[in-house]
Amino acid sequence: MSGAASSQESYYAGVRMVRYDLVKEAVLALLGTAILVVVLAAAFSSPDDPSVTIQSWAHNDPVDFVTTAVSELSGQSDTAGYGQPYNDTAGAAQAVGPIQPAVWAGVSTPIDPAQDFVLKPLALASAGNPTLTAALQTYEQASSTQQGTWLDAYTKALADATVAGGQVVVATGTYGPLPTLMGNLLGVARTGGLDSLLLNSGHFFQTDFTRPLLFMGDGSYLSNLAAAAHLTGDQWGMMNETGSYPGQTWLWLFTFWYQVPPFSTAANADLAVIILMIVLTALLALVPLIPVLRDIPRWVPVHRLIWRTYYRRRDA
Amino acid sequence: MIERGSSHDDEAGNWTLAIRRWLERRLPLDSLLPHRMPYYVGSWVYVFGVVAIAGLAWTIASGVVLAFFGPQWWHISSAGHFVNSLHFWAVQVFFVFMVLHLWGQFFMASWRDGRAATWMVGVVIFAVCVVTAFTGYVSQQNFDGQWIAVNAKDATNAAGIGAFFNVLNFGQMYGLHVMIFPILVTVLVALHVVQVRMRGVVKPIDPAGSAQQSAEASK
Repeated sequence: MSGAASSQESYYAGVRMVRYDLVKEAVLALLGTAILVVVLAAAFSSPDDPSVTIQSWAHNDPVDFVTTAVSELSGQSDTAGYGQPYNDTAGAAQAVGPIQPAVWAGVSTPIDPAQDFVLKPLALASAGNPTLTAALQTYEQASSTQQGTWLDAYTKALADATVAGGQVVVATGTYGPLPTLMGNLLGVARTGGLDSLLLNSGHFFQTDFTRPLLFMGDGSYLSNLAAAAHLTGDQWGMMNETGSYPGQTWLWLFTFWYQVPPFSTAANADLAVIILMIVLTALLALVPLIPVLRDIPRWVPVHRLIWRTYYRRRDA
Repeated sequence: MIERGSSHDDEAGNWTLAIRRWLERRLPLDSLLPHRMPYYVGSWVYVFGVVAIAGLAWTIASGVVLAFFGPQWWHISSAGHFVNSLHFWAVQVFFVFMVLHLWGQFFMASWRDGRAATWMVGVVIFAVCVVTAFTGYVSQQNFDGQWIAVNAKDATNAAGIGAFFNVLNFGQMYGLHVMIFPILVTVLVALHVVQVRMRGVVKPIDPAGSAQQSAEASK
């Protein structure tokens, strides 16, 4: 007799064996789940809220769009100060004690927000537009001190900006070429051109949306839409889904930690939660080897419910 | 005519024969496809695993259709949207029954009597499935996909994973979701099923005469 079969035979010695049809069970499970899935799909469909475009952002919240673009130029955006893997901003990467994997991994996707999100797209869009070309030259030839003065003044003015005729209007001030640059960037964005320009990499085919998603993520428009759909981090975030759909409920424990102290207020919450989840997953995998954990099923009488026929017969 | 019999010396060092004999010894058909089981396998808990596999089968089948027509199809076609709904709910059914299976096996302490590796592979399957589903969520090319990717990048980047696993890169996530991870999940599930069948189902906790039987079984 073969090894596995003989060892099973000795393992089950004295145990009453009954007929069992594994294949029939599998076929019935396939049919049952097929019916269940078709009924659920027909009854509840699935979520598919349209994606947000740079174009829709520029149309629906032009002040936020321009404010975000200015923050990219001034180096004040989230991406500008993100650290690895986008740039080498000192002290930006999350760390838990000496553990700082982002720093160890380094800058793998270099992003210069001012150039990549604003100046390079504007340079591409400036063909045949001498006003924009001149404004770009003025900005790039100015000293960094002068650029900073313009950016500070314009950023402050944007706090009280209004929208008229699709353009962002600010109080009169000394902003250098910024109103021209931002007016053109907003105009290109409203046509949908910036969606393409942010993807431009010199290759015809594109599948990497890192730059447009980072740019959009720096603004408030996307997060405001997410908050309205109950998708932000303090609303159990990405385990949710638009509408009343279950989403990634299996991420509940991962998301749970973000809701409670100290993680809910920690600057290094992402790394701390990741480390915690790796430890918990390892513990779950190693339960068979860990005293106390492996004894829990013996103490909790759920097994007596599962094998109630067996125990009834044994205890009779 | 091929001579059936061969001397012991001829067979020595024959890798094919060695593998066949190992498979015959470790994976006999009467263990892989048994027609008799211990009588205590009459609980619904034993069904959770096979229903989870059925959910996985429908997830893969609907995913194959979605992959065949491309990532844009289900956004612009009602038929495509229905197939996406099948995929979505098959995933939900798969996860629900996988979690039920996991907790069922936990409370049965199914790692006993030499089955620790089976449990460990099961936990790895769950972890890999979470990542597989995640790559699907960020590959949706809709608002959910955008928002989840923008948020999730902070966790992957903080962990250093973002250096080679860029959740904002649709091409990378889509490729992983439709090819690499499904193959990995399928291989792991096949391994898990073989592990289960090699040793059979575990006995109830504290069976009559358990001390002696467990000692014999673990030899």
